[in-house]
Amino acid sequence: MNSRERVLARVRRALADVPREERPRDFPVPRDYLRRHGDGERSAARTAALLAGNLADYRAVVHRTSTAGLPGLLARLLAEHGSRSVVLPPGLPPEWLAAADVTVVRDRETVTPAELDAVDTVVTGCAVAIAETGTLVLDGGPDQGRRRITLVPDHHLCVVRVPGQVVDSVPQALERLDPARPLTWISGPSATSDIELDRVEGVHGPRTLEVILVED
Amino acid sequence: MSGTYLGMPAFPKAAREAVHDQTLRGNLRHATRTIRDKRARAVAELEDWPALRAAGRAVKDRTLRHLDRYLVQLEEAVTAAGGIVHWAADADEANRIVTHLVKATGESEVVKVKSMATQEIGLNEALEAEGIRAYETDLAELIVQLGEDRPSHILVPAIHRNRGEIRDIFARTMGEWGRPAPDGLTDSPAELAEAARLHLREKFLRAKVGISGANFMVAETGTLVVVESEGNGRMCLTLPETLISVVGIEKVVPTWQDLEVFLQLLPRSSTAERMNPYTSTWTGTTDGDGPQTFHLVLLDNGRTDTLADEVGRQALRCIRCSACLNVCPVYERAGGHAYGSVYPGPIGAILSPQLRGTQTEIDASLPYASSLCGACYEVCPVAIDIPEVLVHLRERVVEGGEVTRRGVRVTLKPAKGHAAERAAMRAARWTLDHPGALRAGQRLAARTRRVHPQRLPGPGRAWSDTRALPEVPEESFRHWWQRTRGGAR
Repeated sequence: MNSRERVLARVRRALADVPREERPRDFPVPRDYLRRHGDGERSAARTAALLAGNLADYRAVVHRTSTAGLPGLLARLLAEHGSRSVVLPPGLPPEWLAAADVTVVRDRETVTPAELDAVDTVVTGCAVAIAETGTLVLDGGPDQGRRRITLVPDHHLCVVRVPGQVVDSVPQALERLDPARPLTWISGPSATSDIELDRVEGVHGPRTLEVILVED
Repeated sequence: MSGTYLGMPAFPKAAREAVHDQTLRGNLRHATRTIRDKRARAVAELEDWPALRAAGRAVKDRTLRHLDRYLVQLEEAVTAAGGIVHWAADADEANRIVTHLVKATGESEVVKVKSMATQEIGLNEALEAEGIRAYETDLAELIVQLGEDRPSHILVPAIHRNRGEIRDIFARTMGEWGRPAPDGLTDSPAELAEAARLHLREKFLRAKVGISGANFMVAETGTLVVVESEGNGRMCLTLPETLISVVGIEKVVPTWQDLEVFLQLLPRSSTAERMNPYTSTWTGTTDGDGPQTFHLVLLDNGRTDTLADEVGRQALRCIRCSACLNVCPVYERAGGHAYGSVYPGPIGAILSPQLRGTQTEIDASLPYASSLCGACYEVCPVAIDIPEVLVHLRERVVEGGEVTRRGVRVTLKPAKGHAAERAAMRAARWTLDHPGALRAGQRLAARTRRVHPQRLPGPGRAWSDTRALPEVPEESFRHWWQRTRGGAR
């Protein structure tokens, strides 16, 4: 008997008390928890404000602009951060960086971790943002790219389209996401609670996370 | 489990030493109180917390009741997505599989995400014996590894160390493992985090093999989930060419939708955050992004034995949040090392004796490492009734009985150490069955009450070390009733 058979046989013996005819759905799971939290319907504006508040609460820097204002804002933020180079996912709209004075690295499979480590900033879009938890979810879409490009550079600028990409809650976010894609959920800059159980920002991931909410 | 803990003294002895360590007690008091209040606030933000908790419990119970079916479904989904699934009946087999997989890559070093399962099986030691160096990359695990220490908390294995001690460990040992700590390193947490960032970065950038655990595995999609804070997890999960994940079989959940329950319960219960900084999910391999080879090692190592116990199996619901450690009055004072296992605190007191059996001194003593106050049950996000399982395991230790060990039903003998307790109980049963003897005994006890000792002699001494003996009244209730008819005459 190989280990697969052995473990499965042990599981079946251990569950001798479970009636043979029981199917998983015969064992009830109460799902009367909320699909979203808070009183009544939130307007799109209030949901965006909640997202901005929760992002800031975990030390992300939040900016707001319109589609027309985005290139100017990105150029200003890159200059303020002192960024000279920026890595972009392959499908990021080129006009976003039109006003910025930086060396652009378009990510390809051949870009090594060491090369990414030498880049100052990464600019991406996102798949979904969750207002109640201040979370951005990236799914590797064309404007988000490979997981490593939002990990190795020390500065991440993430563009969120409001209200289209914003949901209230974790359950709503999971409904929109495709589990077949590799997902990265980001809530604030890299942090740790490992020293005396107190939160300190800035370990291995980007130490500065700036989020741009774009509304039209 | 890991050989590191062989020969551990029983909990009372280890705890007695720990409670006299003033630094340790100060560190634990500070850390557990900080997180306790924060957790309460994070939980209070969600008005549907009891409903989420009930759902979390039910999802885990449904999974456990049909675990064979979900494991097979998971295996199919992972395989279809390009992963390779291995099964390990025990720690040795899991270590052999991982060692073999690493050797096949030709590499002699690996980077590791914090993982309870690989701690449990002693993977680092097994790799070391084969000439493979495993670098821990979680900050707390790094502190433990550099300090040649043992973990003392599920979430924050270095909780017993304060910032000054961490500074000293970094300054002293980082150079032996790679990039030394910066000169003039202070004990500011931000500087310590920066030192870890610099020390580990070169290892991340050159790593070819990553080893992880997982917080959840989704049966229907074959998706694995790792919940973390620092980004070391993302580094290990995305930069290497080969990823090996060692995961306990109880970590499976049936559906993608089920994550909506656990991704709300876990961060608030563990680090008291609305959401932890980083969560990674992956399904097999993805062309052009992340490791192109993915191995999943499904680990039993005592889990099916635990599953066979209808009362004890609820311990397998655990999502390793460590809320029960942070509220436990015993853990706060004794610290994690006294539990003699990678799983300390209340959950460890019910998990270790079930995973490992109750044959050793330390494992037989763990069900007693509790005052049964119930705080652990109250905060548990999946409603594990830890006091119920503790009492159940105490009964097993004292009375013996049928259990499953390595998949085989065996009958345990009653533990030797509890002979006096059993004799006392037998004597009590006989006396209560014989009213005359009870009456005579009570009269004798009342008459001699002035000369009763403050502490019990013989085997009862340890019990009365920390307890006051009840005072015997001048007259027993039965005698008073016979004399006065309940005060009527």
